Amino acid sequence: MDKPYLKFEQVGMSFRRGEMATEVLRDVSLTIARGEFVSLIGHSGCGKSTLLNILGGLLRSTAGEVFLEGQVVDAPGPERAIVFQNHSLLPWLTVYGNVAIAVDKVFGGSGPSGKSKAERHDWVMHNLELVQMAQAKDKRPHEVSGGMKQRVGIARALAMQPKVLLMDEPFGALDALTRAHLQDSVMEIHARLGNTVMMITHDVDEAVLLSDRVVMMTNGPSATIGEVLEIDLARPRRRLELAVDPEYARCRAAVLEFLYARHRVPARAAA
Amino acid sequence: MPARATAIAAAASPTPAATVPAEVVPFRPPVRPVLLRLRERAARVAGVVLPPLIVLGLTLLVWQILCASPKASLPAPSKVIADSWDFIVDPFYDNGGVDKGAFWHLIKSLSRVAVGYSLAAVVGVALGVLVGQSLWAMRGLDPIFQVLRTIPPLAWLPLSLAGFRDAQPSALFVIFITSIWPIIINTSVGVRNIPQDYRNVAAVIRLSWWEVFWKITLPATVPYIFTGLRIGVGLSWLAIVAAEMLIGGVGIGFFIWDAWNSSRISDIIVALVYIGIVGFLLDRLIAAVGGLISHGVSAQ
Repeated sequence: MDKPYLKFEQVGMSFRRGEMATEVLRDVSLTIARGEFVSLIGHSGCGKSTLLNILGGLLRSTAGEVFLEGQVVDAPGPERAIVFQNHSLLPWLTVYGNVAIAVDKVFGGSGPSGKSKAERHDWVMHNLELVQMAQAKDKRPHEVSGGMKQRVGIARALAMQPKVLLMDEPFGALDALTRAHLQDSVMEIHARLGNTVMMITHDVDEAVLLSDRVVMMTNGPSATIGEVLEIDLARPRRRLELAVDPEYARCRAAVLEFLYARHRVPARAAA
Repeated sequence: MPARATAIAAAASPTPAATVPAEVVPFRPPVRPVLLRLRERAARVAGVVLPPLIVLGLTLLVWQILCASPKASLPAPSKVIADSWDFIVDPFYDNGGVDKGAFWHLIKSLSRVAVGYSLAAVVGVALGVLVGQSLWAMRGLDPIFQVLRTIPPLAWLPLSLAGFRDAQPSALFVIFITSIWPIIINTSVGVRNIPQDYRNVAAVIRLSWWEVFWKITLPATVPYIFTGLRIGVGLSWLAIVAAEMLIGGVGIGFFIWDAWNSSRISDIIVALVYIGIVGFLLDRLIAAVGGLISHGVSAQ
């Protein structure tokens, strides 16, 4: 396969407000292989969410293109399922209903990917089991904790069988312990299913722990990819062992060095 | 109590007390007597019920004093009860024509409200969704709505009588046109306030327009819709009483007008009490239905 699985080709993005045009992204080029776990890290305002939304199809880039398996990405779709930062569960549906609404739509048709009603039910339950939420299937989102909501958000995205799974700071709103639990769950699922994942984070440890590559963004405006770091750590990774691993420490230091020595937040933005 | 007396005596003498093992006293959680618990509950209920009753009693008392003289222009409460005793105790009598008990008048008015208000609810929600979803519909319709909604209900009546040439549909139209505005406006605000997150979810799983409407827009807007429906039902009850005064026939509004024309002031007062209570119940009914349906949405 010489064609790259997922490719950003000189992607740029400008927002226009009246006469003023703000360039958020410039010349972002990146290729991602099938099954790869890539993190995007950068200071807030560096356009990493914009980049993810372009891949998700929620935003249309003003320059360049994104290709997934050779196809131009120009609209949202289930093959690029998104795990939203604030879980985005529909509060009037149960945990089960929130996954089922996606499964019924994506696999409800009579096409080649169509599943029968029983198969769809099994598939919803299978994905809830994957994130250990099967026992809470009849609860409503407001009845479960923040971490559990995000588990359901992940189950909903996984249930669409996406070609690439997009995660927009998926653990940002969670406390440290819950976050560690979920990171372990995501690593386990990634090991089992081999999904291609693109994750936004602002947590250096999270990026190094989970990723095959960490993509570091320069500060905006006109942000672009500053550096790409290969994380050469064997999987499965265990956070306790990694804490004393010299390679882990080196990667962590490299990301920290990039973020805080070479691309510090400009003083005005930090204020 | 001799037993207790000896126990105290034993404890007081040091030598035997040191050798005798301590008496085992079974632990009995304090059981509050049923009577006490009942009294506490009664006190709580009284705290809620008593203040309005006291105010009501005082009001009636002041009213009684003010209108006690035979020359008073309005009847005192005692006179109201004496005058309208038949009307109060038998709401179900039917002597033909408009000479019916309060129940039949209220039912007739309520049935008019039910028809006009249901129409307003359906059309109002539909228009509200349109205005909320489409920028052009909002720009085109919103200014017109803002002007039309300030027109008092009765100002519509002559026009609708001219249009329908019949009292019945005119009354329904007045209810419709009075109660529709808050429904439209609240629905459109609700649709505009649907979080972008929900729209993103719908976009990612590629729901069709129709599916977005049924599965996202409506459920997400339910709390707003019911706010509008609650305001609307109050307005429609205001409007029907006024409209019935003019169009005549059976109905609590015309009952009041009829009583005025035959100088039955006491009946008017009783009718006002009924109207107030029914209006209150309508409001509570819609609020309860809204609470039931929007369960979960507002609790996020």
